[in-house]
Amino acid sequence: MLNFTIRRLAISVPTLLFISLVIFLLLELAPGDPMAQVPLTVPAEVKEKMREALGLGQPLHIRYIKWLNQFFVIEPLNLIDNIAGTGFAEGKLRVISWQTRSPVMDIVAQRMPQTLWVVGMAYIVGVLIALPIGIISAYRQYSVFDQAGTFISMIGFSVPPFFSGVLVIVIFSVNLGWFPSIYNTLHVVNDWPSFVIQLKQMVMPVMVLALQTTAQVSRYMRASMLDNLGQDFTRTARAKGLRESTVVMVHVLRNSMIPVVTVIALGVPAVFGGAIITEQVFKVNGIGQLLITAIQANDLPMVLTLTFIFAILIVFFNLIADILYGLLDPRIRYD
Amino acid sequence: MNLTKTLLGAIALAAMAPMAMAERGSDGNVSIIYWQAPSILNPFLSGGTKDVEAASLIIEPLARYNEKGELVPWLVSEIPTVANGGVSEDLTSITWNIAPGILWSDGTAFTSADVKFTAEYCMDPEGGCAQLTKFDGVSAVEAIDDLTVKVTFDKPTPVPYGPFVGGESPIIQAAQFANCTGAKAPECTDENFGPVGTGPYVVTEFRPNDVITMKANDNYRDASKPAFATLTFKGGGDATAAGRAVMETGEFDYAWNLQLAPDVIANMEKGGKGKTVAGFGPLVERIMLNNTNPDPALGPDERSVIRPHPSLSDPAVYKAMSMAIDRPLLVEVGYGAAGKVTCNWVPAPDAFNSTSMSCDKQDIDGANAMLDAAGWAMGADGVRAKDGVRLSYLYQTSTNAVRQDFQALIKQWFSQIGIETELRNLNASVFFGGDAGSPDTFQKFYADLEMYANTFNGTDPQAYLGNGLCDNAPSPASQWQGENISRFCDAEYDALYATLTSTADIGKRAEIGRALNDMAVERGAMIPLVHRGRLSAHANSLGGVILNVWDSELWNAADWYRIK
Repeated sequence: MLNFTIRRLAISVPTLLFISLVIFLLLELAPGDPMAQVPLTVPAEVKEKMREALGLGQPLHIRYIKWLNQFFVIEPLNLIDNIAGTGFAEGKLRVISWQTRSPVMDIVAQRMPQTLWVVGMAYIVGVLIALPIGIISAYRQYSVFDQAGTFISMIGFSVPPFFSGVLVIVIFSVNLGWFPSIYNTLHVVNDWPSFVIQLKQMVMPVMVLALQTTAQVSRYMRASMLDNLGQDFTRTARAKGLRESTVVMVHVLRNSMIPVVTVIALGVPAVFGGAIITEQVFKVNGIGQLLITAIQANDLPMVLTLTFIFAILIVFFNLIADILYGLLDPRIRYD
Repeated sequence: MNLTKTLLGAIALAAMAPMAMAERGSDGNVSIIYWQAPSILNPFLSGGTKDVEAASLIIEPLARYNEKGELVPWLVSEIPTVANGGVSEDLTSITWNIAPGILWSDGTAFTSADVKFTAEYCMDPEGGCAQLTKFDGVSAVEAIDDLTVKVTFDKPTPVPYGPFVGGESPIIQAAQFANCTGAKAPECTDENFGPVGTGPYVVTEFRPNDVITMKANDNYRDASKPAFATLTFKGGGDATAAGRAVMETGEFDYAWNLQLAPDVIANMEKGGKGKTVAGFGPLVERIMLNNTNPDPALGPDERSVIRPHPSLSDPAVYKAMSMAIDRPLLVEVGYGAAGKVTCNWVPAPDAFNSTSMSCDKQDIDGANAMLDAAGWAMGADGVRAKDGVRLSYLYQTSTNAVRQDFQALIKQWFSQIGIETELRNLNASVFFGGDAGSPDTFQKFYADLEMYANTFNGTDPQAYLGNGLCDNAPSPASQWQGENISRFCDAEYDALYATLTSTADIGKRAEIGRALNDMAVERGAMIPLVHRGRLSAHANSLGGVILNVWDSELWNAADWYRIK
C-alpha cells in the first residue's frame, strides 16, 4: 500500500505540470483583455501602458516559467516565512492578481473560511441527510418514502441554484423576513448570539447547496444498497439467524459504502472550489465568486492559480479515494 | 402600514433635519452595496468606476463637479479662473490655492508637496497610470509654497481643469506612496488597499472584491461630519440583488447603478423600504455607422479601412434608418425612468445639448419615401437595392439583455423600410477588449452597424468631440487603436474642432460644440438612440443623498445622515 501511494504521488507530479501547461495555454488562447472593464473614456495608449505594467508584453514561455517559479518556489517560501518568521522570500515577486495588484494567495486565504463554512457545511449536511434516505429508500423499495425520496432527488438534480436560491430569498428574506439575503463575510462568531446570527445567514445557502448533494449521494446510496440486498451473503446472514438490523446495518451497509465513499471523497475538491452560482446569489464571496469575477475581469494569474489549485485537489482526492477503497474492502490490494 | 411609515418618516425628516448635523459619528453605521466589487482603492491603478467611487470616500481631488456639473472648490479656497487670476492670460498655467488647515487622516498637514507628488506618481512612464489623460499636456507641476500649486501646460489649454479635478484625479499622500512610484506601484499592496486620505472615512479593513469596512476620519476638516461612525461597503452579486437589499429587505442603505428593466424596479419600489434616484450625464446609447467598407472579401489591410461604405455613405439611407426607429418605445422597453429620447451625440451638459434636430416620432412612411426618392428600389425579396448594392447590414453589439431587445426591435423596423439586418452579439470582454488580434472588437468594426454606449468625464466634451477627427480612425497602421470608431472623416469638422481647441469663452465653446454634434450626426457618423441616466437607490432612512453623475456618486457621503 505504501509503495502504491508513493508511486501514485510520483506520477502526479508530471500530471500536474502538464495540467498547468494546458490551463496556461488555454487561458492565453482564449479571447479577452484584462483592460476590457476599464471605461471607454480611458484612451488606448494608456491601456497599452497599463498592460505593459502588468507584464503582458513578455513572450509566452517566459511568462509561464515565471509563473511556475512564483507558484512552486516563491509561494511556498512565503508560507514558510509566515509560519517560521524567516525571510527566504523577501523581495521576490509573488503571484500578483491583475485586478487587485496584490498576492493571489492572500486573497485565497481570505476567502477560504467562508467557502469552507458554507459549502463545507452544506456538503456535510447533504451527506448526513442523504445516507439515511438512501438506506431507507432501498430497504423499502417502491414505498411512499422511496417515491418521495426519488421525487426530491429529481428536484435536487434538475432545479438550478440560480432559481432555487432566488426562490428561497423571495420566500424567507423578502416575504417572511427570517434570514438576511446578503451574507456578511465580516461577521465574527464569539458568543452565542453571534453564533445564532451566523447560523441564520448560513441557512439559505446551505439549504440550496445541500439539496444538490443530497440528491446525488442518496441516489448512489440507494442503488448500492439495492445491489447488496440481493446478494448471496445477505441471504446467508439472514439464514444464520442474525437480527435484521445487523444484516442491514453491518453486512449490507458496509459493503454498500465502498462506491459511495469514493463518490463522497471525489466530491470534496468541489467544496474547496466553492459554489460559483450559489455564492453569487447569496453574496457569500468565497472562492467560487473569486474565480468568476477573475474570469470576467480576465485576471489570468488569479484564474490560473485557482484552477491549478483545484487540479491539485482533484488529483489528491482521487488518490485518497483509491486508498479508502483498499481500506474498506480487504479483497482489494494494490501491491 | 407602509403609508404610516412614510408619513412618520416625512414628519421625522422635517423635525430632525436640522439636528442631523449635530455630531460626528452619532448615527451608527451606514451600509452601501455595489454589485461590482471594488478590487483596489487606488484609482490610478484601476480605471474601473467601482474602484474610483469606493476610493472617493477616502481620497479627494482639489475640486470636483457638483450635481449640476458645476466646478466646486473641495480642498482649495476657490476655483481658479482667468478673471480671478488663477489661470494665466495665455491659458498655459493654472494656480491652485489650497485651503489652509486641511489634515490627512494620520494627522499630518496636507500640502502642495502631496499634490506635486501625485502628478509625478501618475505621470511616471513605468507606472501604468489609468488616469494619465487627466495629465495630458502637463509640462510641469510646481509647489510654489506650502499651500500653492502651479500646473503648467505645454500649450494654451482653455479648460485647464484636468489634473486634480474630479473623483478620477484625487490626491494621494506623498509620505505614504513615496516608495511606490513607477514599476513598484503594483507591489505596494498595503498602500493600494488602505490609502491615507483627506476624505470623511478611513479604511479599517479591505477585502478585495468582497467588502470594505471604514470608520469616520477623526481629522476630517468639518468637525461635525461625517454623521456615521462606521461604513460598510459590500460588493458583488448582481444589480437585482442590490436593489432588493435596499428597497425590499432593507438590509442596505444605498445601492449603486441599478441597470434593471423598468418593471423590475417598479416592483422593488413596492417593497416600501427605499426609493430610486436618477441623474443624467452624457451617456448615450447609439448605433455607429461604418464609414468604411467592412466587406469580408477585402484583405486585412483594407477591410474597414478603405472608404466609402457602399451604401451607408448615402445620407438618405442613414436618415431613413433614423426615422424608422421608435425611440420612445426603446426608452420604455430598456430604461424607463433612467432613459430619455435623444438625437444628439452630446446630450449634456445643457449648454452643449443641440436642439436643432427632432427624432421623437417614428416615421416609417417618410423613411420609405426618402429611400424611394434616392433611387433605392424595393426588390422582390423585400430588400431595397440600387446598382446591384443591397441594403443588407451586419449589426453587432455586446451581449446584454437590453441590447438584444433593442436589436430585435430595430431589425423589425428596418425590415419595414426594406433594410435587411443580420444580428450578432459578442461577449463584452471581447467586444470592448482592445485585442488587436481579435476580429470581434468594436474598434475593428468588421460590421456595418454596431451599438454601444459611450460618455465622457467632467463637463467639457472637447476630448470626446475629438473622437470624430479623421486621423483618430482605427486602422492596421495604429494597431487598430483610435477613438473614431465610425471612421467619420470630414474636413469641415476637423477645421471647426481646431477652433474649439483654441476658444476659451464658455458660451462660444458650447456653440461650437453643438455645431460639431450636429455635423457628426447629420453627416452619418452615428444614429443616437437613448440618453441614458444613472439610477441608484437609497433607503428611506438615509438622508442627504444627492445623486451626482458628473463625479463620484459618493461625492457628498460626508453629508449623509440617518433620518430618525
